[in-house]
Amino acid sequence: MSTTIFAPATRHSNHLPKLPASQVVRLVAGREVTARLRSKSFLISTGVLLLIVLASIVVGAVASANADLTKVAIQRSVINALPDMSGFDQTLVDEVSEVEELVREGEVDAGIVSNSEVSPLGITVIGLDAASADVVAQLSVAPDVRILEPAEQDPFLAYLVALGFGLVFFLSSITFGSTIAQSVVEEKQTRIVEILLATISARLLLAGKVVGNSVLAFGQTLLIALVASIGLLVTGQNVVLGQVGPAAAWFVVFFAFGFVLLAAMFAAAASLVSRQEDLGAVISPVTTLVMVPYFAVIFFNDNPTVLAIMSYIPFSAPVGMPMRLFLGDAQWWEPLLSLALLAVSTVFVIVIGARIYSNALLRTGTRVKLADALRG
Amino acid sequence: MEGTTLLEVRGVSRSFGERQVLTDVTFDVRPGRLTGFVGGNGAGKTTTMRIILGVLSADAGTVLLDGEALEPDDRRRFGYMPEERGLYPKMKVAEHLVYLARLHGLAPAAAKRNADDLLDQLGLGDRAGDTVESLSLGNQQRAQIAAALVHDPEVLVLDEPFSGLDPIAVETVLNVLKSRAAAGAPVLFSSHQLDIVERLCDDLVVIADGSIRATGSREGLRDEHSGQRYELVVAGDAGWVRDMPHVSIVEFSGGHAVFDVPSPPDAQAVLREAISAGPVTSFQRRQPSLAQIFREVIQ
Repeated sequence: MSTTIFAPATRHSNHLPKLPASQVVRLVAGREVTARLRSKSFLISTGVLLLIVLASIVVGAVASANADLTKVAIQRSVINALPDMSGFDQTLVDEVSEVEELVREGEVDAGIVSNSEVSPLGITVIGLDAASADVVAQLSVAPDVRILEPAEQDPFLAYLVALGFGLVFFLSSITFGSTIAQSVVEEKQTRIVEILLATISARLLLAGKVVGNSVLAFGQTLLIALVASIGLLVTGQNVVLGQVGPAAAWFVVFFAFGFVLLAAMFAAAASLVSRQEDLGAVISPVTTLVMVPYFAVIFFNDNPTVLAIMSYIPFSAPVGMPMRLFLGDAQWWEPLLSLALLAVSTVFVIVIGARIYSNALLRTGTRVKLADALRG
Repeated sequence: MEGTTLLEVRGVSRSFGERQVLTDVTFDVRPGRLTGFVGGNGAGKTTTMRIILGVLSADAGTVLLDGEALEPDDRRRFGYMPEERGLYPKMKVAEHLVYLARLHGLAPAAAKRNADDLLDQLGLGDRAGDTVESLSLGNQQRAQIAAALVHDPEVLVLDEPFSGLDPIAVETVLNVLKSRAAAGAPVLFSSHQLDIVERLCDDLVVIADGSIRATGSREGLRDEHSGQRYELVVAGDAGWVRDMPHVSIVEFSGGHAVFDVPSPPDAQAVLREAISAGPVTSFQRRQPSLAQIFREVIQ
């Protein structure tokens, strides 16, 4: 090549400067990210996921704003005698008969009419077959209440949070796990891997792929968290945000480690096959590992023992530990211990995964047996 | 480069499980020379090249560059074209080359410049922005060659670089390789197209069943494997050759004779006789073709 300028070919004055490992990883990771960001299917699926999150928050806000208010028909003449009734869906009418009719027709849950003869309060609460407890409580004088053992989180909210953590972990892991698996097989299938391995080590290639896809998964999770937070703030559900926030922050930290662990497993599993068609069979054990915590947290989010076990098993800790933190079940040191366990397992899996990956990458054709890949 | 880089393969053996694929493989790839690596399918060419590139490890033996054992980082000085071709199908051609150049340690600007130059040289300049998968098969081959050269390698190892190329592309690629060799790079390429190897290479390495059967310069090997077979063409009738001592005729028709003799002086005696008998049109020692040498050494 005419423009080529060669350095003197003494052994150690190579014209290619030494390339640090970090830069190799950055280059590989950068390619992974760029390739994914250019893929229309990735952008569309991310958009759809964000829309689903936003929609569920808005629907939740609308539902809680309307459905929960008790409907009350109030005779106009007593309205000034009543305490603050803003927590009720009020209908104002003139006559007692109109109030009774609304109650009978089921249009309202209760009615409030003037009655200075019987009641010292000067009002009567009308119910169809029973008095509305909400309305009676609102109109009564309540004693001071002190609770010695405060109840846990609202079980319904707990269920929603469990579903949220479980779903985000499950979807992100499956999405980006399959992405990294496909990308590994693509390199084997197109044989580019031989050129890559003649240039850089299998470990650095694996590291770059894991980092690149982890950055994407992490970025997408952060984006979801951000959209969810903004959604909760805008729809006035600040209380929910305050309750979920700290657990969600832990979730993000656990997710970062948990995903790297899964990504290494997906990559190692994928390196055993040479064609996309064979991919399903080798990654299904890993996919199962991702699904188990998802279903477990949905079915057992009210079972402290199961959650406690989940919160220490590396595969389910990213879902289990934030859930316990949200429920207030965990001591301060528990997330740190669980995180340490997760980090150690992640390192262990990366070492084993890198070994399988290095040994299986150049074996094309039939599926490589796991034992052979481990032995090398 | 001043043409001093020497690549040496020393006593390399490798087996896959029970199957011994390479046995004590030893040869040199000299600087500034095109070395043809010839052997049948499954002879061990690809395995040898993979070991040179460090993609596979050897059970025994070493690969030396300028007399020192290769370390992983030295492999970035190699340009490698694997037998199994492959690039990322969805990457743009120029971008792909830049990526590979940068993985080899080139700075972004140099990587871009090399990629553009190479694409122009290989006649792919106007396809730089297209994805690899949109190229025709022949153009993908050219892109593959660009991928092996984009980082200004000091040593080239190319597995079947000419397979799948049309004759024009063969010439283009050949010119690129020759210019690299002229700049002093050792160039090793394998092929089972013996006619191409015969035409192109300076040195030859013949491998069969995992062991080296012959090495040396093309001319040297030809000399070595030439028998004492000569061809004589004279203006008149050459029937008298049959009566010469020690001569056994292989072919004969009028003024044309092909014959074997036990030693060179016997051939010279025939030539002297021919000159005294009349005008001699030609007299030469029959040189074996590469295909003949190949058949001979792999037996």
